[in-house]
Amino acid sequence: MAIKVLHHGLATSVQDLGRPGYFHLGIPMGGAMDRLALRAANLLVGNDEGAAGLEAVFMGPKLLFTEDAVVAVTGADMPPKVDGVVQPGWTAFEVKAGQELSFDFLKSGARIYIAVSGGIDVPEALGSRSTYAIGALGGYKGRPLAAGDELPVGASTGAVAGRSVAEEFRRGPGSPAELRVLPGLYWDRLTEEAKDGFFADEWKVAPEADRMGYRFRGGRKMSFVDRQQPFGAGSDPSNIVDSCYPYGSIQIPGGTEPIILHRDAVSGGGYFMVGTVISADMDLIGQLQPHKPARFVKVTMDEALAARAERKALIDRMRASLA
Amino acid sequence: MSVRYSFGGDEHLFVECSDEMSLDAFFKSLSMAKGVRESGIKGVTEICPANASFQIKFDPDIIKPDDVLAEVRSIEGAAEKAEPVIKTRIVEIPVYYNDPWTHETLMRFRERHQDPTGTDLDYAARINDFGSVDDFVAAHSGSPWFVSMVGFVAGLPFMYQMVERQRQIEVPKYLRPRTDTPKLTVGHGGCFGCIYSVRGAGGYQMFGITPMPIFDPTQTTSYLRDFMVFFRPGDIVKFKPIGRDAYDQAVEDVDKGRFAPPIREVNFDLREFSKDIDGYNARLEGMINGH
Repeated sequence: MAIKVLHHGLATSVQDLGRPGYFHLGIPMGGAMDRLALRAANLLVGNDEGAAGLEAVFMGPKLLFTEDAVVAVTGADMPPKVDGVVQPGWTAFEVKAGQELSFDFLKSGARIYIAVSGGIDVPEALGSRSTYAIGALGGYKGRPLAAGDELPVGASTGAVAGRSVAEEFRRGPGSPAELRVLPGLYWDRLTEEAKDGFFADEWKVAPEADRMGYRFRGGRKMSFVDRQQPFGAGSDPSNIVDSCYPYGSIQIPGGTEPIILHRDAVSGGGYFMVGTVISADMDLIGQLQPHKPARFVKVTMDEALAARAERKALIDRMRASLA
Repeated sequence: MSVRYSFGGDEHLFVECSDEMSLDAFFKSLSMAKGVRESGIKGVTEICPANASFQIKFDPDIIKPDDVLAEVRSIEGAAEKAEPVIKTRIVEIPVYYNDPWTHETLMRFRERHQDPTGTDLDYAARINDFGSVDDFVAAHSGSPWFVSMVGFVAGLPFMYQMVERQRQIEVPKYLRPRTDTPKLTVGHGGCFGCIYSVRGAGGYQMFGITPMPIFDPTQTTSYLRDFMVFFRPGDIVKFKPIGRDAYDQAVEDVDKGRFAPPIREVNFDLREFSKDIDGYNARLEGMINGH
């Protein structure tokens, strides 16, 4: 069975839960930006929750199915349509051989996840089917989809249509979106005034927002504690001797626009970082649209761990509800 | 050298051995990263060495952040006492300096450069007080470089020149990053050299290009069949200037699967190196040539 790509949307790629283990060589974990949404879509169609699906941003693809399949679309609110008939989101539905899956306009959120019973069966690269486009690695020929591509699909799991994910698991960002941050790394390069401003100001998602990172603008420019720049760091006060970048870390090149690194992060570089978005809020970033307001909320490690446990419990409940 | 620890969210521990670059800081961070790897701390999933720091990724569902910190701290003392010796390899990388492809690219982005009237090589030679581009190339290819970090994007080596600080080449990055850099460009920014493993954006000055692929996701390049990334932190690199004919020949050899980068195993001893840098480097170079 295969799916023919009639239109690729804006940027649609094959993603699973990623390939951890190679960041020390510059290859990021990749995978779905909104992992909960991919898990949900897979569970709805009877797949292993880490099976490969499609991630589409802002605009859906148009896909032709060559055989009957059960499909689920989760994540952003972008109504799926089968031969033009609207289907519910977060719900498994049937697509018959010869039918087209397309999408209505995006209403909220940013990324949809399309799971097909059997999973997208492209070859694994370094243990994952995720597309790392910069390295031309994984996914469909190492790149986002294009019209004319034919996606292989695994053996159907015998899933049935009709199952749905309960409302409580369909969480999107609020307005302003609140991203919880543990300050640290090079946080103390900032003056007290800049530290206060970072958390007090309202920021807006910049158009430069992709799988590598999300940029924000609109807050006050940072001011730095005076110092003689260390050897090898570079002359700008926002420069450091090139170091590793954690996933979720927030760098502010030139002290102006914070950038949060996401699943396809560059693994390191020479810009100071003020802290890191906690693991529980990483999925949320994948659903932020450009120009939407956002705030950074300061948390402690204990609060970060509590949020992580809460998130884990939520996913456990969702898993149980679909078992 | 006091080590600074900081958490990167609930999944990362950042360990900075020094805020300034030096071979001592690089060795200490490499030694600590190695110690952490060997100690096999439960819940630690990735260890990423960098120039003068390293990063640990851990699963807080398995180990508490404070426990990771305590375990890593306990390794610090041992790393401090460890002999600054590493078993590594030296590899010779052919470089076609002042090649037409990086030249075309640097001309295309000239308005983003500090000196729009010349080339990146002209600029780097001048601000580093070399009399000519040839003298600059001789210095660039005249001493070996440590791969102090592999990353940014897949397989890209950051390299630190193995000479006294006052002799190290230093150049600023472009005023505004380019949106394009040819694949396999040999670049330089701050005190670090690099080889761009893939085509893409970049801010480092561009000096030349190597015909030798260093990242191959298809794993069809003969020497990248076992693993798609060539470099590892701790590798020693010696550049060899080549001209157009040798470049074309090497490209053909790579395509035909017969290009074999000269590689030798070495035990690098930082103390011996520091006593006589030029003599030590000459011995390293001799090893490449089979002496």
